[in-house]
Amino acid sequence: MTALAETPVSSRTADLAAGLRAAVGAERVLTDRVQTRTYECDGLANFKVTPAIVVLAESRQHVVDCVRLCSEAGVPFVARGSGTGLSGGALPSADGVLLVLSRLRRLGPVDADNAQVTVEPGVINLWVTRDAAPHDLLYAPDPSSQLVCSIGGNVAENAGGAHCLKYGFTVNHVLGAEVVLPDGEVVHLGGRAPEHPGYDLLGAFIGSEGTLGVATELTLRLIRVPEEVQTMLVGYHSVEDAAGTVSDIIAAGIVPAAVEMMDALAIEAAEAAVSCGYPEGATAVLVIELDGPKAEVEAQFAQVEEIAGTRNAFEVRIAADADERALMWKGRKSAFAAVGRISPSYYVQDGVIPRTKLPEVLAEMKRMADAKGLRVANVFHAGDGNLHPLVLFDDAVEGQAHEAEELAGDILEQCITSGGSITGEHGVGQEKRMKMAKQFTPEDLDTMQLVRCAFDPDGVANPGKVFPTPRLCGERPGVRTGEHPVQAAGLGEVF
Amino acid sequence: MTAATATRRPGTPDDAVNGVVPGEVVRPTSVEEVAELLKAATADRRTVVPAGGRSKLTWAAPPSSCDLLLDTTGLDRVVEHVAGDLTVVAEAGVRLADLQARVGDAGQVLALDPPEEGATLGGVVSANASGPRRLRYGTVRDLLIGITVVLADGTVAHAGGKVVKNVAGYDLGKLYTGAHGTLGVVVSTTWRLHPVPPARRVVVLELPDASAAGPLAIALNRSTLTPSAVELVAEAGGAGRLVVVFESIAESVSAQARQAVELMGGGAELDEVPADLGRRPGGPDDVLLRLAYVPTGLTDVLAALPAGTHLAASAGTGVAYAAVPAADAAGALPAVRAALAPHDGSAVLLHAPEAVRDQLDHWGPVGDALDLMRRVKERFDPERLMSPGRFVGGL
Ligand SMILES: Cc1cc2nc3c(=O)[nH]c(=O)nc-3n(C[C@H](O)[C@H](O)[C@H](O)COP(=O)(O)OP(=O)(O)OC[C@H]3O[C@@H](n4cnc5c(N)ncnc54)[C@H](O)[C@@H]3O)c2cc1C
Repeated sequence: MTALAETPVSSRTADLAAGLRAAVGAERVLTDRVQTRTYECDGLANFKVTPAIVVLAESRQHVVDCVRLCSEAGVPFVARGSGTGLSGGALPSADGVLLVLSRLRRLGPVDADNAQVTVEPGVINLWVTRDAAPHDLLYAPDPSSQLVCSIGGNVAENAGGAHCLKYGFTVNHVLGAEVVLPDGEVVHLGGRAPEHPGYDLLGAFIGSEGTLGVATELTLRLIRVPEEVQTMLVGYHSVEDAAGTVSDIIAAGIVPAAVEMMDALAIEAAEAAVSCGYPEGATAVLVIELDGPKAEVEAQFAQVEEIAGTRNAFEVRIAADADERALMWKGRKSAFAAVGRISPSYYVQDGVIPRTKLPEVLAEMKRMADAKGLRVANVFHAGDGNLHPLVLFDDAVEGQAHEAEELAGDILEQCITSGGSITGEHGVGQEKRMKMAKQFTPEDLDTMQLVRCAFDPDGVANPGKVFPTPRLCGERPGVRTGEHPVQAAGLGEVF
Repeated sequence: MTAATATRRPGTPDDAVNGVVPGEVVRPTSVEEVAELLKAATADRRTVVPAGGRSKLTWAAPPSSCDLLLDTTGLDRVVEHVAGDLTVVAEAGVRLADLQARVGDAGQVLALDPPEEGATLGGVVSANASGPRRLRYGTVRDLLIGITVVLADGTVAHAGGKVVKNVAGYDLGKLYTGAHGTLGVVVSTTWRLHPVPPARRVVVLELPDASAAGPLAIALNRSTLTPSAVELVAEAGGAGRLVVVFESIAESVSAQARQAVELMGGGAELDEVPADLGRRPGGPDDVLLRLAYVPTGLTDVLAALPAGTHLAASAGTGVAYAAVPAADAAGALPAVRAALAPHDGSAVLLHAPEAVRDQLDHWGPVGDALDLMRRVKERFDPERLMSPGRFVGGL
């Protein structure tokens, strides 16, 4: 690293830009600040850095060339999909390369019999389900941003969605990945078959937020479109009753496809933005969806309706058709953006708690917000305890942005104290890396770094993200770099 | 807790790890003790092989050396079961069957059903063992939500957590799944549980020609039915039996079983799941292989196996266990691997009689990520003391 400091940044990147133009074509390399500024942030707009160079890759070879040149020059690179990330994962380095993958957007043919499809990383999440639909298949992970976010970004963040409760997250739906390692080597992790001999490096790669390499192709698992889907919208006068309903559903042995909760403030915002017509006067609503074989869904749906009744639901609305279902989901899926209607600024938080701690954590959150004189709108994946508190504030009020940020941080610590996590789906990125030290011990973090050092010993892939302190991968005492005697003797490979 | 209660004794032939007798067997009873033991072993450059219920020690290649067999069965506490959250934390030496009994009291189940008797959680994770219900619930990687491991140098590290949804940090649990003790010792595991379905119904279809099973399994996959398992038991070149298991509420299982009979053009309905569902085929004199391939590969798999091979396949998923007569194994294995290749397939040795073990390539081809795997191993176990030689590429 010290060697790099000797060359002035500007001339180093100028040389690199020239090399990149020669390798991938001048039209795919941007260095004009007016153009590169377009990429200064992802979905988390409070961090902004203009990258020195932007590369618009269109093929795996472009990615390989770009990564190899960066690695040789010791210049950091940051991969970027659609830039909808909410933790600053795709925040560029000022003296580095932003590698944009959104032009890698080819979809392979759907292999319907094996329920899988191979796609490039820039492919938009929803396109996969669109292509799968004629075969009665779908791609299960459905982040609310699915109209715009990329599969590569989903894989890097291990994105979730409303239907994770039953179907799991991105990691449960990716069979294989072609990855360009930070030194330009191309490896295939996993594949099309359900298992492969060797370490599950695919599992380690998914959710690594661009710090272990760049995915250039992904094989995704598709699932059969269920025979029956039923959705209900339930209104409550208390958040406790809504939370109690969720617990009772789980206790009854029912695994819904989705259980989403919104509180009064979030409902108000959604109403103002998309007129979703949620029950009037509700303090909380649940959107509950069941899917599966018809007989199962019908019986369990009736059971859920009964449970909601015993938990004092004042209104239960059942979607009669796909349009009504879409309207119920519209309120929920637009909630983040909708909050803009009721507050000049807001902060989207993402934390997880054990589901059973929901009522007490919500009460504590309210107490903390009141103490600061701030409002928090709550939208969350109630089924799996994944909270998205939206902390509302006004930049025009002196100091309020800071207070809001502090509150958002306090909420995370509350999540950790209750046995949960600082992020359920948005990732650590730039934003939460300091919080990692609160959730994990130094030994935990050092051990995770071993993975990093195996993939990216020079630390050029998205450096400074995820971990609180950047570390060098110095040779640890005893690390063998050459051939092991067993290998040298020709014995190693025979097993 | 009192320190240093680990018991030690010399290794005997009964302790052999795939034929290799350990110098010593040590049984710690706490995570701290495991850390102390490994630290000391590293200082003395002694090689260590972790073992649980020892039901799958043959699933990895023989170690190149085993000074110490680390018996994890003393780590036997179920730390925390929160029924309302459908999660459980248990130490690595807890037997899977004991855990099932414990969470079963609350009407819950860890949805993993590998059939090996006496298996511990640490062994199930390290061997990535699964059974028929993987079709519905997935495997270890889909159910393990947190892990604690001890590295060769004694470092105790955690990853994941106690909540189902969590993307903070790298998921070390994935790395230790199927690593066969080559990266350190798994000491504690946290799992996502499922409710036990109240009713079950099974459809059994006898197939005069087992190769009919492939298309039937695909047809089931493409239907809206949601079986927990679709298992084929067959003899290569001969007849087979397809067992389709439905587990849900009563209304649903009877409706689905009826539809399955219709879809498959036959089958007898049973009320209970056969006790031998998912049993691995063959016996100690056979060579047992685990085959994995894209699901449509089943027909080619059946055709590639030598006559006399007994097969138990999770037909809907692309995983099968094949017991090949030992005499034929050395000749057949390369051909089986070649036949699997177009299906992105692999064949891994799970058991071989001693007489033929050395003639068989345990893991087969690994692909272009082997170097990266080697770099991972070098970072986690730079001295090569953890289960040396047991893994792919001699790792
Ligand atoms: C309105 C809104 C709603 C959202 N709802 C959800 C939700 O419900 N669930 C959820 O999980 N998320 C949600 N998100 C967050 C975001 O959409 C996801 O994190 C998404 O996965 C990011 O994809 P992207 O293509 O925008 O990635 P980017 O933001 O471009 O990048 C995200 C990270 O991935 C890395 N990366 C991108 N491509 C690659 C690649 N090919 N190889 C390696 N690394 C790569 C980047 O370096 C970065 O670290 C939401 C965001 C918004 C704005």
